[in-house]
Amino acid sequence: MIPAPFDYHSPKTLSEAVALLGHLGEGAKVLSGGQSLLPLLKLRLGSAGHLVDIGRIPGLEYVKEEGGYLRIGGRTRESALEHSDVVKKRYPILADTAAVIADPLVRNMATVGGNLAHGDPANDHPATMLALGAEVVATGPKGERTIPIEKFFTGLFETALAHDEILTEIRVPKPPPKSGGAYVKLERKVGDFATAASAAFVVLGRNGEVERVGIGLTNAGLTPVKATSAEKALQGKKPTEAAIAEASRLAAKDASPSPDRRGDVEYKKEMARVLTARALKKAIARAEGA
Amino acid sequence: MANHKIRVTVNGSAREAEVESRLLLVHFLREMLRLTGTHIGCDTTHCGACTVLLDGRPVKSCTVLAVQADGREVMTVEGLEKDGKLDPIQEGFFQEHGLQCGYCTPGMMLTGYALLKENARPTEGEIRQAISGNLCRCTGYVNIVKAVQHAAERA
Repeated sequence: MIPAPFDYHSPKTLSEAVALLGHLGEGAKVLSGGQSLLPLLKLRLGSAGHLVDIGRIPGLEYVKEEGGYLRIGGRTRESALEHSDVVKKRYPILADTAAVIADPLVRNMATVGGNLAHGDPANDHPATMLALGAEVVATGPKGERTIPIEKFFTGLFETALAHDEILTEIRVPKPPPKSGGAYVKLERKVGDFATAASAAFVVLGRNGEVERVGIGLTNAGLTPVKATSAEKALQGKKPTEAAIAEASRLAAKDASPSPDRRGDVEYKKEMARVLTARALKKAIARAEGA
Repeated sequence: MANHKIRVTVNGSAREAEVESRLLLVHFLREMLRLTGTHIGCDTTHCGACTVLLDGRPVKSCTVLAVQADGREVMTVEGLEKDGKLDPIQEGFFQEHGLQCGYCTPGMMLTGYALLKENARPTEGEIRQAISGNLCRCTGYVNIVKAVQHAAERA
């Protein structure tokens, strides 16, 4: 399959890229790793008059702890995130997530920023970033602005990014003591989108109660879902078997998946419940060990 | 307007061409350079038949634009053999019968080759993980895993 014709631009700097996007207008798309965009163009589910490739702009691939955050460069490859030492040691929820995105070959090209900026509720990072309370940095003609992840996903394949903005960094708050997270995904086979998946991040208080909790669901609606009623139910409670069961039941209610070849609505909601319970238990075990 | 001059190092030699923006790397390799060892399977980023190494890392060349490879290094299955001598990964697939129809084999070998460059003694689990983006529809994976192990033992 061959995409419809487009023109290709390969700016050498971020400001050049932003200026190009402004000049080319709505018909231009940012090409990062291309692992979502190119299949879409090949299948002609979408088209673009111009692709602005950010692949040659220096300084967009890094994973480092700095100033209270884990900072992930927008073009960081999924394989780099998956194998990053700081991620494996301190952010296992991100390692969980990167390891189940597509397959190892796709992860050598695919980027973390692209996974978010594509605005696909079936992608895996959105749920994790919602659970973690991350922020994304958008660079546009007026410089940088920070967008809380809860405000980032505005519709199916739509985000808060303006057409002349590039997602240049993801900021994940440094994990406090006694915190842990996990991402659990059910997929039919390697490389498939999630039938259902759940991301959980918990911070435990002095008496072992859940001080803070974030729960994100993949492929559970037209946008990535933050399971707020499940979070509320667990907040301040001891993470007992019963409390986890109740939160997971509510997470399934927060989900509104669409039926497809992966399952009907009832099955997918049930899987959201089961996977949320598993993600919470794993996150709590990690928090207790932290 | 949509043509670009690119220069790509393919299997160690610099190759130059003028390509359309939308030309896929796999078509550049197969049709312009006549390196037909890289296969097109699903054409939808699933099967890995089109796997090549881009700057040493295995990627699916049906989902990379030729222009994205400008200035970079590509290795295809044709680059494995050196001076008439098979690479240990090729020897492994030969000795362990790591194929039947052969369609997935170039991609499997390149993924295996890249794995062994990074991890000279992979476990069976690591091999299976590494090739999880390369589909084989006939031999099954048992002999493919053995082939990579064979190469690891002799490399």
